Amino acid sequence: MDAILALFTDHISMIYFIVLSVFVGVEVIGHVPTVLHTPLMSGANAIHGVVIVGAIYVMLNVDANDYISLSLGSLAVLLGTLNVVGGFVVTDRMLEMFKKK
Amino acid sequence: MMGNAKTARKGNLIGAVGMVIAILGTVFLFEKKDTNGVVIENFTVPTIVYVLIFGAIGLGTIIGWLTAKKVQMTKMPELVSMFNGMGGACAALIGLMEYHHNIGHTGALIAIIAGLIIGSISFSGSVIAYLKLNGTMNKPVRLPAYNIINTLFMIGVFAFGAFVVYAQPHGGGFLYALFVAALVYGILFTIPIGGADMPVVISLLNSFTGLAAAFGGFLYDNKVMLTGGILVGSAGTLLTLVMCKAMNRPLSNVIFGAFGGGGTSAGSGAEVNGSIKDIAVSDLAVLMNYSKKVVIVPGYGLAVAQAQHIIHELEQLLEERGVEVKYAIHPVAGRMPGHMNVLLAESNVSYDKLVEMEDINPEFEQTDVVLVVGANDVVNPAAKSDPSSPIYGMPILEVDRAKHIIINKRSMNAGYAGIDNLLFYDPKSSMFFGDAKKALTELVAELKTM
Repeated sequence: MDAILALFTDHISMIYFIVLSVFVGVEVIGHVPTVLHTPLMSGANAIHGVVIVGAIYVMLNVDANDYISLSLGSLAVLLGTLNVVGGFVVTDRMLEMFKKK
Repeated sequence: MMGNAKTARKGNLIGAVGMVIAILGTVFLFEKKDTNGVVIENFTVPTIVYVLIFGAIGLGTIIGWLTAKKVQMTKMPELVSMFNGMGGACAALIGLMEYHHNIGHTGALIAIIAGLIIGSISFSGSVIAYLKLNGTMNKPVRLPAYNIINTLFMIGVFAFGAFVVYAQPHGGGFLYALFVAALVYGILFTIPIGGADMPVVISLLNSFTGLAAAFGGFLYDNKVMLTGGILVGSAGTLLTLVMCKAMNRPLSNVIFGAFGGGGTSAGSGAEVNGSIKDIAVSDLAVLMNYSKKVVIVPGYGLAVAQAQHIIHELEQLLEERGVEVKYAIHPVAGRMPGHMNVLLAESNVSYDKLVEMEDINPEFEQTDVVLVVGANDVVNPAAKSDPSSPIYGMPILEVDRAKHIIINKRSMNAGYAGIDNLLFYDPKSSMFFGDAKKALTELVAELKTM
């Protein structure tokens, strides 16, 4: 229990950040018309690809001889990239269609 | 910025640039720290690591780019669920790899295990969602008492996770068992839910992956991951609720109730009586040609038949002859909210012709012909009149108030919800059977001769 409490006190600025992000998220979605919900969903999908940053970070800490971690890490980076690139590109493609009249 | 179709594209690009900066920053500003968080000077990352990172990024970029460019717009829900699953898998793999470095740090372990569990659920759930949307797995599979089993399983997985955090076993066995258990839960969670509700599930899983990313941000004290993850988590949750509202069903109903839960779907079939009449192409062409106002109700069937281009041609042809044409868009038309707008935008239909449900409903009274193409549940009057119907209470397009209702369908099969549609038996209704693309092409050809 102490450990959990410590987790909160150590990361108090992060907690504020979380609360703020939640508000931003709610605010952002609240103003998007139904018409754009599909691009929105795929855009949000691309954004959570930010998890790739974690994968890269893990990779940078891996020993050159740790083959299991190296392959798992590469896989993680690959999947993360697919998520990010695919998500942004397809969102762009959809929004492009809306643009032309 | 995302609030408007014009600026949204720029918003998306800014997001993409931000992501590139975040990735490059992570790679080039990396500082190796020892277990106490002190930076180790003069540490060089092995070359092989860089090679692998950039190789994976390069390969991922190429595959991701090509997939995104090539995919058909009708396959959008599948694509989103696939990419979502990959993000989830990425989060789960991070959890698997980071565990051993953090034994002894309870706080970090909580974030790791939570990320692992949620990422895994999101991954396997997305795979199932993908298969369901794809049609590979088209029947909801329900184990007896699946609600109880699922709930117990979920509690079990989280209890197991708590145990791993508490006991911090050194061997990898427990960790992998937890990984597998979470994967199994993801499958159990998604498998009883019908295809029609998949968009809601994807949106929910989307927010799960966001949450998993946020736990990663917590772990590394990385604000980009944290903000991104939480943003998606809250946005996804809200979007899920918006969708549920459009279908007038609480989220719990989507997850636990699923359509028909047993034999209730047959309920509305019993009272169907009366006959169905069909209409020939030539008669329909005459009817439409001499109408003042035509409203087209596009549904997923239109998208499946790839008929969005021919319907635009029909619309232009009628407009040339002085017929007012509008499209009535139900919030859940297609397979995702806003999906139909994307599909019609793809075939150059100008979006001021797309009218949302609340605005078009009062106009049906003055409409001569409603042409329903491949839509079913969203025009089913049972949603308003039959309390025993599984879709009772769902807001619908009130097409039955128009003078003539033409329904284009391939066959008399029930819609996604698996229920009969009383609209087909309405005296004002006529069926126009055939594959949407083929039937509409014939109709356009017929109109041109007139």
